Amino acid sequence: MPDATLRIFRGEGAAGGQAVDYKVPIAPGMVVLDALHYIQGHLAPDLAVRWNCKAAKCGSCSAEVNGRPRLTCKTRVDSLPMDQPIIVMPMKSFPRIKDLVTDVSWNYAVNKKIPAFRPQQNTDWKISQIDVDRVQEFRKCIECFLCQDVCHVLREHDDKKKFGGPRFFVRVAGLELHPLDALNRTALLKDDLGIGLCNITKCCTEVCPEDIHITDNAIIPLKERVVDQFYDPLTMLFRKVLGK
Amino acid sequence: MTTSYETREHDVLIIGAGGAGLRAAIEALAKGCSVGVVCKSLLGKAHTVMAEGGIAAAMCNVDTEDGWKPHFRDTMRGGKYLNNWRMAQLHAQEAPDRVRELEQWGALFDRTDKGAILQRAFGGHTYKRLCHVGDRTGLEMIRTLQDRGVQLGFDVYMECTVTRLLTDGGRVAGAFGYWRENGRFIVFKAKSVVIATGGIGKAWPVTSNSWEYTGDGMTLAYEAGAELMDMEFVQFHPTGMVWPPGVQGLLVTEAVRGEGGILRNKLGERFMEKYDPKRMELSTRDVVARSIYTEVKEGRGTEHGGAYLDISHKPADYVKKKLPSMYHQFKELADVDITKGPMEVGPTCHYVMGGIRVDAETAQSTLPGLFAAGEAAAGLHGSNRLGGNSLSDLLVFGRRAGMAAAEHAKRVSHAGLAASQIEEAEKELLAPFSNTGAESPYGVHRDLQKVMQSLVGIFRTEEDLKKAFEELEQLKARAAKASVEGSRLFNPGWHLARELKSLLTVSEAVALSALARAESRGAHSRIDFPNYDPVWEKKHNVIVREGTEMKRVESPVEPMPEDLKQFVMAD
Repeated sequence: MPDATLRIFRGEGAAGGQAVDYKVPIAPGMVVLDALHYIQGHLAPDLAVRWNCKAAKCGSCSAEVNGRPRLTCKTRVDSLPMDQPIIVMPMKSFPRIKDLVTDVSWNYAVNKKIPAFRPQQNTDWKISQIDVDRVQEFRKCIECFLCQDVCHVLREHDDKKKFGGPRFFVRVAGLELHPLDALNRTALLKDDLGIGLCNITKCCTEVCPEDIHITDNAIIPLKERVVDQFYDPLTMLFRKVLGK
Repeated sequence: MTTSYETREHDVLIIGAGGAGLRAAIEALAKGCSVGVVCKSLLGKAHTVMAEGGIAAAMCNVDTEDGWKPHFRDTMRGGKYLNNWRMAQLHAQEAPDRVRELEQWGALFDRTDKGAILQRAFGGHTYKRLCHVGDRTGLEMIRTLQDRGVQLGFDVYMECTVTRLLTDGGRVAGAFGYWRENGRFIVFKAKSVVIATGGIGKAWPVTSNSWEYTGDGMTLAYEAGAELMDMEFVQFHPTGMVWPPGVQGLLVTEAVRGEGGILRNKLGERFMEKYDPKRMELSTRDVVARSIYTEVKEGRGTEHGGAYLDISHKPADYVKKKLPSMYHQFKELADVDITKGPMEVGPTCHYVMGGIRVDAETAQSTLPGLFAAGEAAAGLHGSNRLGGNSLSDLLVFGRRAGMAAAEHAKRVSHAGLAASQIEEAEKELLAPFSNTGAESPYGVHRDLQKVMQSLVGIFRTEEDLKKAFEELEQLKARAAKASVEGSRLFNPGWHLARELKSLLTVSEAVALSALARAESRGAHSRIDFPNYDPVWEKKHNVIVREGTEMKRVESPVEPMPEDLKQFVMAD
């Protein structure tokens, strides 16, 4: 089999960097992360890459391959055009640390704002499978942050102060639709997580490696809750009358 | 020379943020302690996330005749009676409460028709016992624990590696480590330290384990003076992927067999009929792994040197629903549709039953103030772990370790930090930058993996193990000379240079214990001693440090109380 050329971003911090080409021998079924490991082991031992499970279960090895946000452990080399270099760049929406590793700590800060599950009182913990299925879609999220990377509110406008991003709408959806949850997080969605800024272009859904229907099943129903609670004309009228 | 470092102070420091570490942290927080959690990766990426099949707990939701005693008996029988009986008892008794607790913190398990938590069959378990979420139970568990910990308010030190435990007059005083991102040093002052760093799989090339599994915690404990136990027992999971090469070793969950998957050789024979006609595919992992290995060795293996595992006789929708990640894993990585045809599978290094020797009730090691839980600790699983007993182990003993660590922290004041220990740790960590030779840490790692796979694998002999020692000596010398390129900023070559030391330490402990145990039991199979030896049923191998030398001593197995013994031994 022929060699593949990987063109990888190399550089430290915000200072910039350059793309460096590496030739990697191809093995059957090889994924981009295998190629990155080959480079570490034979050509550039200090190449910085995040990874853990190599089985698309942990969401650590996110990067942009030929311009598309992907898990490198799930991207087959033979699915990419071989007559040109495979370009591997770090996620653009987060500050660069080194090479393919970015600073994703902002995500953990957003997560802290979301109140955890609180069970209803006096429940008998009987739940039907249908209710579980609905929520499990959201709980499949592996926190690869590819949806955050592709979201234009974060990628183009860098609205990190006002906006939580698709990952955390998915998290809130998982909590709000939990059949036994007792809290209401609608005000949080509206004010702290800025769900109104999302204009449902569905880019997040397209890149999700877990095939979560982020826009249709999480964001839109949550937006509807916000509208019902805060912008419904009848409710607004009642509020005005009652002074609440 | 003392380079600058930051200092953080906690009542309880937890090393490792998988299931055991997080559960320990939650318990110590609940006891009012200040808790720090250090992990080599980002929070939520620990190896627990890869656990697939489920959590074993006798909830009796599906099989009402189950209970803690049958679970206890299965665990002891699976471990070939080398288990610490008290740990096995506590584990079986407390696991159901730990699962209910997860549910109360927001975890959502698959359900029975009546709305209770659904339980599935698994190897070595007499009853349907594994609480699960499809085949991604570990993700559900780690996310639930992570959210709970964040809510209670622990401090997490992500992408931070501890390289040395600091001690003061025979007790733990804290830990020394560095930030992977920028290479700066950090010193933790702590009254109690809990080790929850998982296993050692990265010493073998074909493994289901991630890069983090380098035996760091066991090495830290051993170097600080704690004892290791049962290190010869390394579990090879029967079903890892064998093709294509890049995914070799990747786990194929036992749930495939739990849901009815059938193993066949290339002749189409259902070969488990020969090896364990009673339990067939749901025999214990040691038996199934050896069976597949034997089929391949005797020329009845598949094209790529494995066995066929087939679930395609079940309806396609059912397979996709119960085994969604297996379906995608094979479809995307191996071009195989498991609803239509068989998978190719073979043994992969998966788990170590041995580890830090701990007290059953408190999870305290032989070093005061140092606790250990989960895969890093020894005792519960004896010579072979049953599937599903790991996630329950993490919860039961993670909680116990956190509780005991908190109580210990309340009893004692902070010990002193010795500048000399910190200086030594700094020097050792920076050495690869001053080494000038051409030895690469990656090269040493590759060669170590070859040695362990060929000489300390599923089947062992005295000759191989002795050869392994010679090879390990040479590898140690090479590792000491390994040099790294580049700076201290996120430098994987440098990180690996440090991890080599842990890998070599645990590899030596495995080989030393395996050489001594002149019998075959559970996961330890000696070609030259193929049978059980009643003498070895009564003793553990214990690894201790004397000066700079690794020594092996023997310690008696604690006998079960008579009533439990009768129950376990009865047919």
